[in-house]
Amino acid sequence: MSAKPSPERPLSPFMIGPYYRPQLTSMLSILHRITGVINTVGAFLLSGWLLSIASGPAAYDAFMGHASAWYGLFFLFGWTWTVAYHLCNGVRHLYWDTGRGFDLDTVYKTGYAVIAGSVVLTVLVWIVVLI
Amino acid sequence: MSLRSPLSRARGLGASKQGTHHWYVQRISAVAMLPLMLWLIFAIAGLAGSDHGAVAEWVASPVNTTLLVILVATMFYHALLGTQVVIEDYLHHEGAKMAVLIATRFALIVGGVIGVVAVLKTSFGA
Repeated sequence: MSAKPSPERPLSPFMIGPYYRPQLTSMLSILHRITGVINTVGAFLLSGWLLSIASGPAAYDAFMGHASAWYGLFFLFGWTWTVAYHLCNGVRHLYWDTGRGFDLDTVYKTGYAVIAGSVVLTVLVWIVVLI
Repeated sequence: MSLRSPLSRARGLGASKQGTHHWYVQRISAVAMLPLMLWLIFAIAGLAGSDHGAVAEWVASPVNTTLLVILVATMFYHALLGTQVVIEDYLHHEGAKMAVLIATRFALIVGGVIGVVAVLKTSFGA
């Protein structure tokens, strides 16, 4: 590997698009990172929520006021999916760590399973929220 | 017994300055978080609409306190390992990379400690 990337040889993931046709596998791969970063933001918000509980009813109500506003609900719903996706695709990664599941057919099957699993998990969580 | 070649030993560690430890603890923390996160998202979903008293009581139950402390610590550790790799992959200027790595670590440690202290304070009172 050379010290400096040249414009002719862009580094991953910046080659996706102009130089490299996106497929399900590469998209799911970069999504694992993106959802991981979003979940990190979510971790700080979880600490904020726990802090508001420790600080008393006024702080808790203020926190929940933001959480139940449109932007709060938008983030919470999105966060549910990013957690669900990262969790499901994490299981896929752990399966890969055993050295299995790398043939093209299986990679696509587990990829679709991860998408379906993340959606099902998200819907189940919000059913629990709403009942 | 080491499987490293004499040349690789003489040149020191690779580009990441360390071996498989990072990879291994990332996986271990992931395995730990699987049941913990499933528990957390459904538990929080079940708390929707509860007032402060009910939520504080839920946090203060011994089982929930234990699980929350383990979960928050594991979550921030896992996030620290993950963001480290992202930063190392996309930031190539050594100085900027080091600065962002340190700042991210500090922020994650503060965030994790706040979460753990908040759980313990709710559990054990003011």
